[in-house]
Amino acid sequence: MSNETLLSVKNLEVTFDTPKGTVNAVRGVSFDLGRERLGIVGESGSGKSQTGRAILGLTAANGRITADEMKFHDLDLATLTPKQWRKVRGARISMIMQDPKYSLNPVMTIGDQIIEAYREHHKVNAKEARHRAIDMLEAVKIREPERVFNSYPHEVSGGMGQRVMIAMMLIPDPELIIADEPTSALDVTVQLQVMAILDDLVRDRGMALIFISHDLQLVSSFCDRVLVMYQGLVVEELKASALHEAKHPYTKGLLNCLPKMDGDHSDLPILEREASWAEG
Amino acid sequence: MSAVTRKNRDGRTRTHLFSGKAGSFLRVVFSLAITFFGLLLVTFLIGRVLPIDPVLAAVGDRAPQAVYDRVREEMGLNLPLWQQFFIYISNVLQGNFGQSVLTANPVIDDIKRVFPATLELATIATIIGVLLGIPAGVFAAINKGKWPDHIVRVIGLAGHSMPIFWLGLMGLLVFYMKLDWVAGPGRLDAFYIDFIEPTTGLMLVDTLIEGDTDLFWNAVSHIILPASILAYFSLAYIARMTRSFMLEQLSQEYILTARVKGISEHRIIWRHALGNVMVPLVTVIALSYANLLEGSVLTEIIFAWPGLGLYITNSLLNADMNAVLGGTVVVGAVFISVNMLSDVLYRLLDPRARR
Repeated sequence: MSNETLLSVKNLEVTFDTPKGTVNAVRGVSFDLGRERLGIVGESGSGKSQTGRAILGLTAANGRITADEMKFHDLDLATLTPKQWRKVRGARISMIMQDPKYSLNPVMTIGDQIIEAYREHHKVNAKEARHRAIDMLEAVKIREPERVFNSYPHEVSGGMGQRVMIAMMLIPDPELIIADEPTSALDVTVQLQVMAILDDLVRDRGMALIFISHDLQLVSSFCDRVLVMYQGLVVEELKASALHEAKHPYTKGLLNCLPKMDGDHSDLPILEREASWAEG
Repeated sequence: MSAVTRKNRDGRTRTHLFSGKAGSFLRVVFSLAITFFGLLLVTFLIGRVLPIDPVLAAVGDRAPQAVYDRVREEMGLNLPLWQQFFIYISNVLQGNFGQSVLTANPVIDDIKRVFPATLELATIATIIGVLLGIPAGVFAAINKGKWPDHIVRVIGLAGHSMPIFWLGLMGLLVFYMKLDWVAGPGRLDAFYIDFIEPTTGLMLVDTLIEGDTDLFWNAVSHIILPASILAYFSLAYIARMTRSFMLEQLSQEYILTARVKGISEHRIIWRHALGNVMVPLVTVIALSYANLLEGSVLTEIIFAWPGLGLYITNSLLNADMNAVLGGTVVVGAVFISVNMLSDVLYRLLDPRARR
């Protein structure tokens, strides 16, 4: 792991104006990212997904992003024009979405969608692009890449769809991948398979990864470092190998949620929340 | 013929008469036949239930009883109802809708004359409505709540609220009388009418077949005003539906995916979102086309357009039952075929609907 900083975020805030008032989804998140794999863990509504979207400038129209600093290499993400953003998205930072059932266009073939991602950033002819796309489908371990290339998203399974998604987002060779709950919509049996494919590719290509999930164990087994978020705040930052050293009661609570093979089965532990955790 | 034998999971074989390519064609033909049969049954019953005596309409109310009875027998009205229906169906299948009392022509010949006029007008109107309505709806959707959205809404609302006869008269007054940009009522200028041999009955096509560009442009200049006025109504509807379908699609996850890929906003809207919008929109367009094909009586009266709506209305006012029933069957058949066409398009546009 080199120590050069790829992405630097300081005091990121994302707020939404809703008819019921302002919602502070992310409240002052800061981190630096090198060529490493960072996990962001938290429950629904903790702001982990919004952090990921803010990095790509894709916060919904009623949301506002403010930050003291948001830098990708030397690029100040806060000042990019839409045209400059298009050169960053896909080509340098990309994101793997949650559920292939909804995140792939239902009326375009899988091949067309992958080729589109590649040709947006690389000037090649149609034949070369097709060749690349089929290679990429092979790289995500799809057995009949030609057939899948010509299929529509509804014709493939969830696990296959998510591999297509990985192929599509990795084909322009970005430096940073944000994976937003990439396996949560999948069957348990294929979750690890898909995660292993993603992990291999990210390692081989030397990409940085931000892995967003609610599953602390899964995150810690694929990441170097873990940020634990609660109510828009980072409550704890840990090395993935040192989860047992967690100090914050929320992190400890999450770890305690796992059933143990030995030990007392009579009661499921309940996470007792304290109001003070949500105070920045 | 197209029976396909398929092994079930439990190992037993089952025969599907309606599977495979030929099978799905057979299924379509079968359902068409049933629908058409229903249509004929309904029109036949309406014709018999209406308190209009077709015999009286033919012989006049001063004919002696003997003449009345003879004509009644000639028309087959003394036979039992089921037999009459059977004769009616076999006649219709041979393209025989009987004689029109009003024009003294076979009804089928009258329809061959008036339907192309309506077809031409409705088609041009729908093309204009689609070409302007879809971009207007997309434009409104991507500027939701801003002034372009309001402008499209006001124009659409005006299109829906203005009575068509008023709009037609105003159109004639402004564009024909004052500005002289377009030609007046009718399908061609009066002194051109005998020049043209009705091959297809579509004036724009016939003039081109004869290679007469003067006549072609004359026909264009006649059709453009009534077609635009009809188009205004379908445009308003198409634009409103496009807007709401577009807003729905733009909030879908795959749009976010496309943004993540760095695709241009233009391509996201016109390729990704519109590709999905077209699926439900095809039905909307087909319905509005079918409505226009029924013939728009008011427009046809104002523009002296010899179309189907005018023909059916005139026949109805003169108790010309054969013509009315013939016209109704044609309208029904048009609805059936437009529906089938939209089914086919639906399958072309949405891979999930293909089997």
